Amino acid sequence: MSKQEKLLAEKTVGLKPSGIRRFFDLVSEMKDAISLGVGEPDFDTPWHIRDEGIYSLEKGRTFYTSNSGLKELREEIAAYMKRTQGITYDPIGEILITVGGSEAIDLMFRAMINEGDEVLIPQPSYVSYEPCTILADGKPVIIPLKNENEFRLKPEELRAAITPRSKILVLPYPNNPTGAVMEKEDLEAIADIIIENDLYVLSDEIYGELTYSGSHVSIASLPGMKERTVLVNGFSKAYAMTGWRMGYACGPKEILAQMTKIHQYAIMCAPTTSQYAAIEALRNGDDDVAQMRESYNQRRRFVMHKLEGMGLPCFEPQGAFYVFPCIKEFGMSSEDFAEQLLKEEKVAIVPGTAFGDSGEGYLRISYAYSIENLREALGRLSKFVKKLRENNSGKK
Amino acid sequence: MNMLEEKVLGIIEKNSRVSTREMAVVLGTEEIDVINALQNMEDAGIICGYHTMIDWDKTDIDKVTALIEVRVTPQRGKGFDDIAERIYKYPEVNSVYLISGGYDLLVTLEGKSLKEVSRFVSSKLSTLDTVISTATHFILKKYKDHGTIMTRKYEDQREIITP
Repeated sequence: MSKQEKLLAEKTVGLKPSGIRRFFDLVSEMKDAISLGVGEPDFDTPWHIRDEGIYSLEKGRTFYTSNSGLKELREEIAAYMKRTQGITYDPIGEILITVGGSEAIDLMFRAMINEGDEVLIPQPSYVSYEPCTILADGKPVIIPLKNENEFRLKPEELRAAITPRSKILVLPYPNNPTGAVMEKEDLEAIADIIIENDLYVLSDEIYGELTYSGSHVSIASLPGMKERTVLVNGFSKAYAMTGWRMGYACGPKEILAQMTKIHQYAIMCAPTTSQYAAIEALRNGDDDVAQMRESYNQRRRFVMHKLEGMGLPCFEPQGAFYVFPCIKEFGMSSEDFAEQLLKEEKVAIVPGTAFGDSGEGYLRISYAYSIENLREALGRLSKFVKKLRENNSGKK
Repeated sequence: MNMLEEKVLGIIEKNSRVSTREMAVVLGTEEIDVINALQNMEDAGIICGYHTMIDWDKTDIDKVTALIEVRVTPQRGKGFDDIAERIYKYPEVNSVYLISGGYDLLVTLEGKSLKEVSRFVSSKLSTLDTVISTATHFILKKYKDHGTIMTRKYEDQREIITP
């Protein structure tokens, strides 16, 4: 055993470094590169929300809150869940305020997983489900999603992945990086399987407000599902509040109690200033969300139009702020494509493989940018694609 | 007004140079519908013009803007309309609003110099029969105009790549 191995936890050392990290280092060296690689809103947090944060500081509200978060905020979340999803959560015991949605994900796994329990993770999806499962001694079981299903989770795919050790299903919709959504019918089609097999659901709905066809439906709103779902949401995407680190979990009391215990020992409570700002967001932020959603929707259509123009196949995503075009025609890996694009045209786009092996052959384009920025970056992508096609046809 | 018209206004209020083609793309509709919407709103006087926002302070052209509070005697049967018309017909007058509160009309005015504006107020505006009094405020600096912050440029402060 080398010294290094003794020093560090094997479990942690064994975690794969984030695929995005490598790319990030590459991009950082390139000063004049423009990016379509950001996973957060370009809008500033609406001023009235920031102002409440500032006001709370002025008032000296700089102490810990209760472990589960300000009661006022939990009550606002309960009201929000009631009015948007028709689900009733008790602000006492069924809602926990966390440091971003990410903490809630980690907490749920650690609260529920016994060694060897399997967590079903549809991919491509956000980068933290797999490592958090491993850190909680669980076994990640990847369900590769398919482009032809618009990256929705199909009942037969779920069924095929279930074993006697399956315990938790992660439902990351609306999805980062694909922009896929699960509509009510899609959720209904898997709910029975979940109940039959006594699975629990981690429903990561952080992009829920950013849904462009109809409105978002939570699986927790289906019959029999509330009691087996931990719903994770937050303020980062809907209210452009990423830096405030404000998330929450809603779910069954017995699970939340254990999550709260870990949260209490590891974190104490979510940042107080952010909690006050979050109350204002829920009380008076609906118009801001609607405005930002409309902007994203316009950009989404703009990007789809441009991709169509360059002949890159891409299903029309209905959620989040990403599109996920296919680049398989070029016979290059996603990473090579992204790297070459960066070097030749100075555009940073994240390769699909950063979100799981099934992202191979795809790119994640973020449209959390102004139309002007999108126009310039997509213009460069178009040029690059054309050049690749010319080179490829020359070879034949 | 229909939904499309409302959305078109939302776009051109911020940027009137967006092409009808691009508007059709981002609104998920046909270009002809956008053209018709614009035409309808122009005909109805909803769209009254397509202007350019200029920060004159950054040019070497001298301009001063003044806000003038005007108290007037309303006229029987006409209210404030006649006097407002007499004022807005002066080309140097930028805007005329009827205001609730301590005075009646708010007039904004652009001139080459303080002197020019003062001359207008003392010789033209104050001498109108129905004008009781005026109070002139000169604008020293424009921080934000028409929803656009003029003192600061947008800067993307995000990390260049995030998951």
